Amino acid sequence: MSNAQQFDTRLVGEHAGEIAVESPLAYSMHRSGAPKAKADTTVTLRERAFLGHLTLRGGAIVLDEALRDVLGMSLPGEPLGLVQDEAGERSIQWMSPDEWLLIVPGGEEFDVERRLREALGDAHFAISNVSGGQTLLELEGEAAREVLMKSVAYDVHPRHFPVGKGVTTVFAKASVILRRPSEERWELVVRRSFADYTYRWLLDAGEEFGVGVER
Amino acid sequence: MFYIFCPYCGEHREEEEFHPKGQAHISRPEDPEATSDEEWGDYLFFRDNPRGVHHELWVHAVGCRKFFNITRHTVSYEILEVYKMGEQPSITAENYAAQQGAASADKERNASQAKHQEGVRA
Repeated sequence: MSNAQQFDTRLVGEHAGEIAVESPLAYSMHRSGAPKAKADTTVTLRERAFLGHLTLRGGAIVLDEALRDVLGMSLPGEPLGLVQDEAGERSIQWMSPDEWLLIVPGGEEFDVERRLREALGDAHFAISNVSGGQTLLELEGEAAREVLMKSVAYDVHPRHFPVGKGVTTVFAKASVILRRPSEERWELVVRRSFADYTYRWLLDAGEEFGVGVER
Repeated sequence: MFYIFCPYCGEHREEEEFHPKGQAHISRPEDPEATSDEEWGDYLFFRDNPRGVHHELWVHAVGCRKFFNITRHTVSYEILEVYKMGEQPSITAENYAAQQGAASADKERNASQAKHQEGVRA
């Protein structure tokens, strides 16, 4: 028995396209510019906008079962864990003992949320679609770690921050969710309202490494 | 700066990620109707300010956002213990003094400790 419904807030039919969808960084890139990668570029910055972000709260055991049913993925077993599917398109990150962040390709979040609600049934849980509230930035390249060392107090040495770890920490006085899905790539999940600030900070911090913005 | 161990994240973090939330283990009177004004005032407004071992409530504000307790020495600033909500401290002012007394039989130290006041207990 389930009364799960799908709340798809995207405009459809004749109204589709009436409101232009703009990423949190659209204005920043227009105003602050987006330097192109050069020959000496050692760090690349890109925004992966319009992904589906879902905050899952509840008991680890019931959520883990539901996620296995719906996505074939399991929750990270340890605090500060980050797991991805094989394609690297979907990820689940530990945020707190009873909270996880699920990121799926854009548009999929409505259906995933409904299926999770059906699978969870009467269990004690909460799922919030926070896609509009945050965006994901990627730093890639050999100097990516050095840019982070200028920006966060957290120790990002590979010995302390292996692949598959994710933390919430302070980034240039703002908060950021920092995660490392692969050796060369770091992801920053930032609040929409802090996206412009973070972007301009990264351009400034990355200048000495010839930061290039991919768009 | 403190370097604080978060019992929920399971690792040490910088102090800027945390907020102190005052004295720990303050419980609301179970029967407010039967509580005198004086007791209610104590519960609301009066806090310990001890010289020595103090139990504090902290929150990992930029992090897992969980509350937990720290036992801290207010003179040396040393963090003696970190424990989760709902747990009781293993180090208290009473047994800490006993441990320290056993560890150092230094007369001068004992004499100077006796001279200091113990701070304020609400």
